[in-house]
Amino acid sequence: MTKLSLTVNGRRVTADIDPRTLLVDFLRHNQRLTGTHVGCDTSQCGACTVHLDGRSVKACAVLAASCEGAEVVTIEGLANGTTLHPMQEAFREHHALQCGFCTPGMIMAGVDIVNRHGGKVDEATIRKELEGNLCRCTGYHNIVRAIESGAAAMAGTKIAAE
Amino acid sequence: MTDQGIGASVKRKEDLRFITGKGQYVDDINRPGQAYAVFARSPVAHATINNIDVSEALASPGVLGIYTGADLAADKIGGLICGWMIHSKDGSPMKAGAHPALAQGKVRYVGDHVAVVIAETLDQAKDAAGLIQVDYGELPAVVDVATAQAAGKAQLHDEAPNNTVYQWHLGDKDAVDAAFSKAAHVTKLDIVNNRLVPNAMEPRAAIGDYDAGQDQFTLYTTSQNPHVARLVLSAFIGIAPENKLRVIAPDVGGGFGSKIFIYAEETVCIWAAKKVGRPVKWVAERTEAFLADAHGRDHVTTAELAMDASGKILALRASTKANLGAYLSTFASSVPTYLYAPLLSGQYDIPSIYCEVDGVYTTTTPVDAYRGAGRPEATYVVERLIEVAARETGRDPAEFRRMNFIKSFPHQTPVIMAYDAGDYAACLDKALSMADVKGLAARKAESAKKGKLRGLGFSAYIEACGIAPSRAVGSLGAGVGLWESAEIRVNPVGTIEVLTGSHSHGQGHETTFAQVIASKLGVPIEQVSIVHGDTDKVQMGMGTYGSRSGAVGASAIVKASEKIIAKGKRVAAACMELPEDSVDFENGEFLGRGTNKKMTFGEVALQAYVAHKFDPEVIEPGLKEGSFYDPKNFTFPSGVHIAEVEIDPETGHTTIDRWTAVDDFGILINPMIVEGQVHGGIAQGVGQAMLEHTVYDENGQLLTGSFMDYAMPRADDLPSYNVAMSNTPCPSNPLGVKGCGEAGAIAAPAALMNAITDALGHEDIIMPATPQAVWRAAQKSARKMAAE
Repeated sequence: MTKLSLTVNGRRVTADIDPRTLLVDFLRHNQRLTGTHVGCDTSQCGACTVHLDGRSVKACAVLAASCEGAEVVTIEGLANGTTLHPMQEAFREHHALQCGFCTPGMIMAGVDIVNRHGGKVDEATIRKELEGNLCRCTGYHNIVRAIESGAAAMAGTKIAAE
Repeated sequence: MTDQGIGASVKRKEDLRFITGKGQYVDDINRPGQAYAVFARSPVAHATINNIDVSEALASPGVLGIYTGADLAADKIGGLICGWMIHSKDGSPMKAGAHPALAQGKVRYVGDHVAVVIAETLDQAKDAAGLIQVDYGELPAVVDVATAQAAGKAQLHDEAPNNTVYQWHLGDKDAVDAAFSKAAHVTKLDIVNNRLVPNAMEPRAAIGDYDAGQDQFTLYTTSQNPHVARLVLSAFIGIAPENKLRVIAPDVGGGFGSKIFIYAEETVCIWAAKKVGRPVKWVAERTEAFLADAHGRDHVTTAELAMDASGKILALRASTKANLGAYLSTFASSVPTYLYAPLLSGQYDIPSIYCEVDGVYTTTTPVDAYRGAGRPEATYVVERLIEVAARETGRDPAEFRRMNFIKSFPHQTPVIMAYDAGDYAACLDKALSMADVKGLAARKAESAKKGKLRGLGFSAYIEACGIAPSRAVGSLGAGVGLWESAEIRVNPVGTIEVLTGSHSHGQGHETTFAQVIASKLGVPIEQVSIVHGDTDKVQMGMGTYGSRSGAVGASAIVKASEKIIAKGKRVAAACMELPEDSVDFENGEFLGRGTNKKMTFGEVALQAYVAHKFDPEVIEPGLKEGSFYDPKNFTFPSGVHIAEVEIDPETGHTTIDRWTAVDDFGILINPMIVEGQVHGGIAQGVGQAMLEHTVYDENGQLLTGSFMDYAMPRADDLPSYNVAMSNTPCPSNPLGVKGCGEAGAIAAPAALMNAITDALGHEDIIMPATPQAVWRAAQKSARKMAAE
């Protein structure tokens, strides 16, 4: 067993884990944060996307033990209390989810796209950046609309905060 | 109430839990004391099992039990069933082999279930599964559907000589042959409808739980139809009587047909829970989903269209070999027969149609319903034939369609279906305008300047959905009725629970069904809860597939709400001291006709439960009503999709430049959700036509067994879609709705392949039109142009 200390959704967490434990399994089983999903076994689908030290990663491709001291944010940690993150709001507003299984990963990826490309990110960039996230329900149309809208809202929120 | 009722694009009630990570899928559920199941699967396509040695595996740490087909047989657990009887041309019933949940004596595809290991942890179960020693006597694989029936091929099941399950037909062969003999032009196509893996993003999962004190089984499962699962597990497989078996399908992450069926894994989990005295959980890895979820499509067809000199279609005939895989899955037999051939009339007035279908066993994963189920295959046949016929005879493909459209309703086709309503020209006109088809020539010239090939393709599809009515499907061989149930429970404070036998796994029923209540009873959707997916809560239901939840499920809710209103009127009349027949219900209020007396819906609900103001011998207390609704016909959504592509002949890369869809789904409950269904359907259809391909090698090994090898449509493969509606109400149900879940997947493949072949200038390409296939075809185009 390995001792692991990290921050998950703003909370200090310490646990004894099997060194083979994947970050996604640590989050789902140890932390009971089941919003992060497992949709494949080849790191292709992106349903397990979380933020690790501010960057989006596929939690199925990260060993939990490598996250010592890291800051992890999952879909459960995105909202500010009962106030949804603008990207969460945008997904609801634009009907960017159907079965909801890929949605946490899509939202985490969407936030990361905006963090890297800014509030005016265009459709072609969004589609290219979503390469690593599979959705079988929506045909991506409304996910793209939501990320465009969420990007604008995030930029607006940032300006308002400044 | 119009801002929330039928027709309003209300934001979904279910979304909050999904966007905050609070959805509860089967894998998110854990039962106290839970153990884990891992299946040992066949690594070979076809073999006798000479011996299974589990001794070393049993001694492995944490193992609670290892079971094989012999253990299931000893407990008299029945095999998996196929619930639709098909009769061959000669009148004989289909020839189906047994389908044990764990193999008995033989394996018939790679991934077939040989044994299950139950252990304390998942890793321990996996480790032990690797220690099971199976002595296989390998037999030849049978992979290719076109040759599987040939003499000398290995036989999968003794019951089915020549690997033939049935040789079925529909239509008047003599009339069709006569029409062909006098045709001015015949178009003939060889068509391959490629095999697909459904790949709902949530892998299948099951937890079996047994309460010895109550002798009660509970199965948590990723199901589109938990009541059908309970019925099959009880009545046919023999797990437990229905009153002792509860099936729960919580949040389910997409289905597309693949979660209709009753599979080996959940059967074994619920049985093993009692065996080991512990809850047993199984969650599919994606590779297992590729191997063991029922696949879709896989037809090989020769089809011909006969027309006279004026372009009038005289007849259509098709001969299809349908790959059913190694065993008959739950509804496998119906997909290439009654869900296929009756759709071969398309939107056209075709006097004679004949179709023959051989259902064939191969050593591959079982094939069953996948989004559209038979109707995409039919549409692909019809719309490719129509497009090519127009090209061969120098006709405009849109106008050729228009001249052959069915123009008056009801219309009886020669293949069972009685179309009740539609306006096919309206969809076509709208689509032609939206797609700017007039501007195509200029766009083609622009593309040519860049060395690119541009093409445009139509698909004017029809589907029969709202799968029902019971008597009709029963006469065609279905083993079940296809009604739907609803129960409306009005609480004393006027809030409402609606219990439905439909199941939502992405369709948004928690919103749309509440909208129906808002329109019918005037209760805000915030005060309406939709209850589904639990056989202990909802008494009985038939589930969600075949785009039936609106037309059948929501119609049942309408029928139940009418009974609520009728009862409410009696309660209100008594309370207001008015004659029973002098109370009207409008906008959520009970009004005394000709008086100023009125009661709100909530006041009547309270009085129904307080029961102080009416005679209990005349009116029973309470306000709860149910309905089992069985429609009088299928519904017939239709529409026109137009795809426009640009091909780079140097690389074979196809860009979908624009996609136009005009669909007629009748009355829309929530247009936002309907458009979302269209988007998703188109993406799956585009996936079939351009990307997705299930490949077995000659030994029956699945070469495309992961997302690394099987090309799922991704965001940058797809365009934004231009979607519009044309609404002809459906006369067959009280809402006038038709069903929208499968339309995109039905329409899209033909539209895209018609566009690609238009760009290429020849028909020599099959799905999926991958860059390699398109590049090869483009080389042929260049040779053809050079020769001309």
